[in-house]
Amino acid sequence: MALTTAPDPTRRGPGSARAHTDRRGPGRFRHSEGLAGYVFLSPWLIGLMGVTAVPMLLSLYLSFTNYDILTPFSEVEWVGLANYERMFTADPSYWHAVRVTLTFALIAVPLKLAAALGVALLLNRAWRGVGLFRGLFYLPSLLGGSVALAIVWVNMFNRDGAFNSLLSLFGIQGKPWVNDPDWALETLMVLAIWQFGAPMVIFLAGLKQVPTELYEAASVDGAGRFRQFRNVTLPMLSPVIFFNLVLETINGFQGFTAAFVLSNGTGGPVDSTLMYTLNLYITGFTELDMGYASAMAWVFLLAIAVITAVFFSTGRFWVHYSDGEDR
Amino acid sequence: MVTVTPTADAPTGTTPTTRRRPGGRPVLRLLILVAIVAVVLYPLFWMVGTSMKSQEEIVNNLGLLPERFTPGNYTAGWSNFDVSFGRFFLNSAMVSLLTVVGNGLSCLLAAYAFARLRFRLRGVWFAVMIGTLLLPQHVLIVPQYILFRTLGLVGGDWPYLPLLIPQFLATEAFFVFLMVQFMRGVPRELDEAARIDGAGPYGIFRHIILPLSRPALVTTAIFSFIWTWNDFFRQLVFLSQLEDYTVPVALTLFIDSTSQSAVGPMFAMSVLSLLPVFLFFVAFQRMLVEGINTSGIKG
Repeated sequence: MALTTAPDPTRRGPGSARAHTDRRGPGRFRHSEGLAGYVFLSPWLIGLMGVTAVPMLLSLYLSFTNYDILTPFSEVEWVGLANYERMFTADPSYWHAVRVTLTFALIAVPLKLAAALGVALLLNRAWRGVGLFRGLFYLPSLLGGSVALAIVWVNMFNRDGAFNSLLSLFGIQGKPWVNDPDWALETLMVLAIWQFGAPMVIFLAGLKQVPTELYEAASVDGAGRFRQFRNVTLPMLSPVIFFNLVLETINGFQGFTAAFVLSNGTGGPVDSTLMYTLNLYITGFTELDMGYASAMAWVFLLAIAVITAVFFSTGRFWVHYSDGEDR
Repeated sequence: MVTVTPTADAPTGTTPTTRRRPGGRPVLRLLILVAIVAVVLYPLFWMVGTSMKSQEEIVNNLGLLPERFTPGNYTAGWSNFDVSFGRFFLNSAMVSLLTVVGNGLSCLLAAYAFARLRFRLRGVWFAVMIGTLLLPQHVLIVPQYILFRTLGLVGGDWPYLPLLIPQFLATEAFFVFLMVQFMRGVPRELDEAARIDGAGPYGIFRHIILPLSRPALVTTAIFSFIWTWNDFFRQLVFLSQLEDYTVPVALTLFIDSTSQSAVGPMFAMSVLSLLPVFLFFVAFQRMLVEGINTSGIKG
């Protein structure tokens, strides 16, 4: 905010001050526009090169070395594929982290999307208060990624937490779920599902696009609610489902904050919350094994690229684009 | 699309032709929605309630509200560490506000180039920009840490440089994309009119695009602020001195001290740390929801 310099209050013709001194022919204008393009683009270009591309390439190189951040570059040793070999063949905790991350994403993402779609369907049929409900459901998505909320979550599922007091109402003796290796990751999944509001808002927007005539035609044809959902809503909504699925899966792979808070940065109890990114953090920033961490980061990037590509190639079998929509 | 099977399951709406969507009983639906809202908001109420309970009540009183309000958690939490939370809040506010400025400025410039100017390789650069949308920050952090450490900026005189430099270089492709989409909606006739008046690319930017892009800038500013305020990973990696800590990093210090006595103060500071985001939510709720609609950005 407070970013925009106030527009000229007198609202003169734009650029009128320069109108007399700066008149150019169209040819010269095109040329200067090309130059101006790069002038305006320069911060982004510098950023792309300086803090994205060059560091990425540097880390690609370092992934073939034993770089440990403390030794100067000149003394870094080339180790070939050793880091990658270690990752794929000799590092059980790496594969454990991969398993934890996949488990988390495979369970949390579908449930989160199901919750988002379910509530969106309920809201879509409500005729009043949609805005209020939509906002309230969206609130967790704004707060849920923070350290503060992760702290609350961990305490909620601890021995004296709200969850156990709820269970005690039904006479069930709870336990400190976050300290139990069999349940710690599940509490993080619940936290992820709790933030269903963001995909829900997108579903809701998608539902608004479904033409009412289709439902009317379906009900004239005698289709019940379930049939209408299966044969009208789902196909019409499939592009939005696809979009949410890709986005949430990529986000799901990157869960870090809550796992860090729950385990105090260790991935515990007994490595049960050792998400990929947490493992990467520990390798690079606790053990200072930057060469190995670079290799992990690159494999992570490739994995995400492959998964996204798989989504897109399978998408054409189930994503339905109605004639007007796809461009 | 729908197979014709006559069933007894007639549409339950009273008059299917006038209702927008045929649906079930509205009261029941409302009750279900209210129940879901209660479940969803319960953790937040529990957080606020717990932050005002005494240590004894935190263990024994399982209800939502404290029997006796204990605002002492807030003062205790505020000065729980050698550096007061006031400092952490100032640090967070500074990083967040400078990020807002950096993102607003740099993304606007880049977006103008992409949306309005014709130059060589524009298509290529635009594709690259879209590609960086998918680049996870966890992948970038290792190379960036190596870079900034090599440059002597990590733990340097002003340790926030590694957090802020990328933000002044339009690296948040989401915002560039959002602004490009917005600027494409600004009528080109305005550009033409300005051009006839003799304005060049800079004049058009200054007098047409900049003032008209205000809504996109506001959306960018709000999301920049909230994301940076909530961000933990980058701040954890780049900040190492207690007095430089931002709120999220400082909050994790409470976890280290596992004693039960810290729970109340920890909750109090957690509540305070969420307050700015909550206020933004209250003030800009509609805009935030519209924002994810138009660009699909994460929450």
